[in-house]
Amino acid sequence: MHPSRRVFLAAAGTAASIQTGDSAEMDEQPPDHQHQLVPSDLTLRVKALESLLVEKGLVDPAALDALVDTYENKVGPRNGAMIVARAWVDPAYKSRLLANASKAIAEFGFLGLQGEHMVALQNTPQVHNMVVCTLCSCYPWPVLGLPPVWYKSAPYRSRAVIDPRGVLREFGLTLPEDVELRVWDSTAELRYIVLPERPAGTESLSEEALAALVTRDSMIGVAILSPLPTGAKA
Amino acid sequence: MNGIHDMGGMHGMGPIQTEKNEPVFHARWEARTYALTRAIGPWRKWNIDTGRYQIELIPAADYLRMSYYEKWFVRLVEMLVKTHLISRAEAETGTPDPAAPKLTPPLRADRVPSVALNRNIPSAEDPAILPRFKPGQRVRARNINPMGHTRLPRYARGKVGTVDRDHHVYSFPDTNAHGLGEKRQHVYSVRFAARELWGAEASPRDFVYIDLWDDYLDPV
Repeated sequence: MHPSRRVFLAAAGTAASIQTGDSAEMDEQPPDHQHQLVPSDLTLRVKALESLLVEKGLVDPAALDALVDTYENKVGPRNGAMIVARAWVDPAYKSRLLANASKAIAEFGFLGLQGEHMVALQNTPQVHNMVVCTLCSCYPWPVLGLPPVWYKSAPYRSRAVIDPRGVLREFGLTLPEDVELRVWDSTAELRYIVLPERPAGTESLSEEALAALVTRDSMIGVAILSPLPTGAKA
Repeated sequence: MNGIHDMGGMHGMGPIQTEKNEPVFHARWEARTYALTRAIGPWRKWNIDTGRYQIELIPAADYLRMSYYEKWFVRLVEMLVKTHLISRAEAETGTPDPAAPKLTPPLRADRVPSVALNRNIPSAEDPAILPRFKPGQRVRARNINPMGHTRLPRYARGKVGTVDRDHHVYSFPDTNAHGLGEKRQHVYSVRFAARELWGAEASPRDFVYIDLWDDYLDPV
């Protein structure tokens, strides 16, 4: 048998025991058995699973390549940045975006899984919005791409709802006390994009140049966009 | 279930660790795990709620130790076995059962662009299903503690908020995750004052909006 398959054999059994709570097999093994296997050899285990699924005709390896390419190279926060820039320069688009974000975003063709039901949240001098998913890691893939590790991790998910101002300070943003802070916990199938305030000093910039200023973090709501220094050109 | 995944409001998870110029995937196995999960999706053997519940079944200590895509991998193996796309023996040997017929993958590479654009969550407007609540109405999140899947976070249970908007109709996770039907019903963004959720020490200007199904709410 191929060595990677042997590793997968043991590891898959471990995963199954974790999931089913069936401990009969586990009891015969050293107590730290699963901890030796699970974290150390994911490369081999995933390869073994892919080989199995390809051999069974369950997945097409070229489709896997295309999926990876889509999310590594084609879908990402530049999509969201284009939407934000359009909303800044086109008041009619902004109205459509705030009234029905799914439809307004579809005008750009940014559709798809985890972006079916979009809501745009407008930041103003009085209101700041930020987005979290405390229960898992829901995130608007078609407009922001796949989420960063910190968004999926326990520190952000646990604290964003109970200490949002502290979280923002960790991101370098001290929100004035008189600004209302709205935290959106993505517990259902709605996905959120924050429409950050247009920075001062950008009046003469083109839509494309504006889009280049919009950061991923500003569309999650853990950052704001800094004013351009006077005289700066983009 | 009252699992470790339901972590809103917990303390002790440490500082937020950001990474400059973070890659989409940190290793090839992460990318392949993501792609395998997506490519299996078109077999339509499980739904989004079943899949989320499977991750919630990971024991708490493992959940905290595992990376995001490691959890995805564990889920994928277990769901493949549960839905009989592979057998336990195949999962354990990594070798296809010679008696099993060779199948044709439903997702071919040339269809990935259209599948990436798929809308697979049935939505949303359905005039036949009436909302129980209206925007502006005060509601209390129910105090429920089901053993199964739920999307009502613990930190909201028993708390009073105001319906901000009605997002129309979605499948109910608590039944849909367990093969008990879609039980489609209205979902609302409900606005909770931070002081209602966390007490008098919270900022009076902080609010948490939580998307909640009709069956999670009672009128106040």
